[in-house]
Amino acid sequence: MAFNHKHLLGIKDLNKEDILTILDTAESFREISIREIKKVPTLRGKTIINLFYEPSTRTRSSFEIAAKRLSADIINFNSSVSSVAKGETLKDTVLNLEAMRPDAIIIRHPASGAPYFLTTFCKSSVINAGDGTHEHPTQALLDALTIRQMKGDFSKLKVVIAGDILHSRVAKSNIFLLTKMGAKVVLSGPPPLVPPEFKEFGVEIDYNFDNALKDADVVMMLRIQRERQGKNFFPSLREYRNLYSLTPEKMKNAKKDAIIMHPGPINRGIELSTDLADSSKSVILKQVENGIAVRMAILYLLLGGGGK
Amino acid sequence: MTEKIKAKIMDARKIKRALNRITMEILERNRDLDNVVIIGIRTRGIYLAQRIADIIKEIEKIEVPVGILDITLYRDDFSALHPQPVVKKTEINFPVENKDVVLVDDVLFTGRTVRAAMDSLIDLGRPKTIQLAVLIDRGHRELPIRADYVGKFLPTSRREIVKVHLKEIDGQDEVLITEPSEI
Amino acid sequence: MKILIKNGRVIDPSSGIDDTLDILIEKGKIVDIKAKIEDSQAKIIDATRLVVAPGFIDMHVHLREPGREDKETIETGSKAAAKGGFTTICCMPNTNPVNDNRGVTEYIISEAKRKAVVNVYPVAAISVGSAGKELTDMVDLRDAGAIAFSDDGEPVSDSNLMRRALEYSRLIDVPIIDHCEDKSLSQNGVMNEGFYSYLFGLTGIPPASEEIMVVRDLILAERTKAKLHIAHISTKGSVEFLKVAKEKGVRVSAEVTPHHLILTDSCLETYDTNLKVKPPLRSKSDVDALVDAMKNGLIDVIASDHAPHTEDEKNVEFDFAPFGINGLETAISLILDHFVNKGVISIQRCIELFSTNPASILGLKNKGKIQVGADADITILNLHKEIIVDKNKFQSKSKNTPFHGWRLRGAPVMTIVNGKIVWDER
Repeated sequence: MAFNHKHLLGIKDLNKEDILTILDTAESFREISIREIKKVPTLRGKTIINLFYEPSTRTRSSFEIAAKRLSADIINFNSSVSSVAKGETLKDTVLNLEAMRPDAIIIRHPASGAPYFLTTFCKSSVINAGDGTHEHPTQALLDALTIRQMKGDFSKLKVVIAGDILHSRVAKSNIFLLTKMGAKVVLSGPPPLVPPEFKEFGVEIDYNFDNALKDADVVMMLRIQRERQGKNFFPSLREYRNLYSLTPEKMKNAKKDAIIMHPGPINRGIELSTDLADSSKSVILKQVENGIAVRMAILYLLLGGGGK
Repeated sequence: MTEKIKAKIMDARKIKRALNRITMEILERNRDLDNVVIIGIRTRGIYLAQRIADIIKEIEKIEVPVGILDITLYRDDFSALHPQPVVKKTEINFPVENKDVVLVDDVLFTGRTVRAAMDSLIDLGRPKTIQLAVLIDRGHRELPIRADYVGKFLPTSRREIVKVHLKEIDGQDEVLITEPSEI
Repeated sequence: MKILIKNGRVIDPSSGIDDTLDILIEKGKIVDIKAKIEDSQAKIIDATRLVVAPGFIDMHVHLREPGREDKETIETGSKAAAKGGFTTICCMPNTNPVNDNRGVTEYIISEAKRKAVVNVYPVAAISVGSAGKELTDMVDLRDAGAIAFSDDGEPVSDSNLMRRALEYSRLIDVPIIDHCEDKSLSQNGVMNEGFYSYLFGLTGIPPASEEIMVVRDLILAERTKAKLHIAHISTKGSVEFLKVAKEKGVRVSAEVTPHHLILTDSCLETYDTNLKVKPPLRSKSDVDALVDAMKNGLIDVIASDHAPHTEDEKNVEFDFAPFGINGLETAISLILDHFVNKGVISIQRCIELFSTNPASILGLKNKGKIQVGADADITILNLHKEIIVDKNKFQSKSKNTPFHGWRLRGAPVMTIVNGKIVWDER
């Protein structure tokens, strides 16, 4: 069960055993969040920096709460690339923050690979909280924890991921994770957003959403970015909704006990109907809850072991 | 490095006797048995706690709640350990607020585990009392901690290792003293 | 001063020479080539076990002057060329200001005369400001010294402008060099589109972005009968279309860079911005097709597309780094190591790609050959010398190479330009 990583950059870099270690550790941490006193002293004296170059409430506060429940000190540094582009480079910013001797830097950045760039000059642990269209490893891990709680053995599951696969780091990390764990993964969405080369990741593609959903155990809907509109990845929101919105009608194709997941924030009535989002099939809030445990586990595994 | 067994200190019978005595002392000191809860410290404390609860049930026909405490997150020696110890769940499905808590562990050594266990317990609520029961007290305390109930005082050298084996996980009940030996 | 190169293996593909010969150089010209030459006044260069080749020509470099002298100057770029084994370089017009008028062309030529250690020929812009709207005064620019025309860095997006440029170039019969890229397809892409762009989450540039423009240019070149040169060809599809056009007799030539022959898109897993280049590093099957085409003569020229950028500019997120690889000082060793010494191509073919062919495409009648009366531009190679690429020893002002630390076998060891030794590292 040894977890020998200094950074968490992507699911790509983890093996099956690493993933199970994280999930098992996260499972143990869930109990802390239901205590009266939701705090343990494990990371007392550790300093963590939340470095966010993109707006985010969910992920940033989830990391913040996770760090605080482990008694680490965490500070938020929010910036936009546009303001930084005018002045300080990412490297200079991070070198300045590093001079304050943090133990970990959690980074979200619109440029894919930015966390990898940090590791070329950083002494602290780097945790990827989402980079461009590349990876969002903690989201995939919290999704996996949720799936395992609800469905058990990954190898018996059919997971459908639908929507803007091309631009989704959540989809990417989930594809890497679920295929490593042996689940059958089927992608669906408009062809310009689901390139056929994705099959090389070991998944299937079915552009017909009804077919894709057949006998699914898990349906993961992705947020359709409104800014993709007008770029001809799909004709219009109306047409998108007609074809790829998950409705109770479409959901009938999936298994009776199938669960619905969404990384949030939801466009209600676009990729996911309100009825379903609020139905008992939806595990969306459970995902959020599991996010804390998974991020506590990551912080513990990266920082708890002492000098590396 | 391997270990060489130097002496067998207790066998199954001696362990049983020690636990009987500890249980009697617990009963004697805690007149209000309804207020008592027993919490075992992972890993071997769990089984000792359960055995004490079983003996109480035999004698008093009362089921005392038993919980499990994982103290990994409260350790003060993270930097000395590598890789990270595996975190397991704390399973205490009853309130500890105002209870007489009997903490159970196999060996009392430096006192650091018990310190972590008390910190952890206090984060779960405010017990009325915390009492400590151990099968072996081998000395060499680094903190001002002492046990309320001791199965056996065992003078040791720092170099020696005290090994408690319990049938539930080790197949048999015994207490051994071993010593690392170079090969 | 006279120079006598003795006992070298002289290889000149233009005349078919491959023999151990002595070469006597005087007043910038080759004056004698014989098995044994004695001359007590000449400086003797012992070229035993070395290959003596006609001076190598890099027809695609960016010298950044005027405008970005922090990245490179005509002087430093020419020193990098000399160290890299090149005797002649052609500099692209995407400077600031753009080389779209006689003033800039003359500036480059006069700066080169004063400071450059190798021959520098400016390539002038096809369109004013390389903005893709109006043609430059091509005849005037040619008269001022421009050797070819290109809007390199930018493609000629407007097909009609490309047509007119090709038609008009027939007046002077110099090559039109196009950087083939359909910008509506490449958009904000930063690497080759395909499995690896999805794996790394980087925006893709599809091979079609290049191929569409290659095909367009080939069609226009066929109709106009003008001389077309395709810069830095990078895809299997482009090679296939090039083959069809060449078979039809279109006056087209093409160049490939060492990095496109050696590196693939999978290399980008480190997000090393020194691998960010346009056209992007392509897939394994593209690279295989390029190597084949280089071998069988479909591709005429190897050019470095030397594109210096400062370390500060490259030391950023991948998306924000400029495109380009510093190439002059690694090109020849890379090709010797990967292709000549591995038996993929002969040394003769290598010299054709680096010297004979570029000289003929550019109409440099006294270059690219070792003959009596030719310019005394000589590149001397040691095919067995082992080098370790060290960017800190570059003559170039910039260090943006992905090859730092690579161990290579085969290297240029002496560069002679117009009868003068400008680099000696024997």
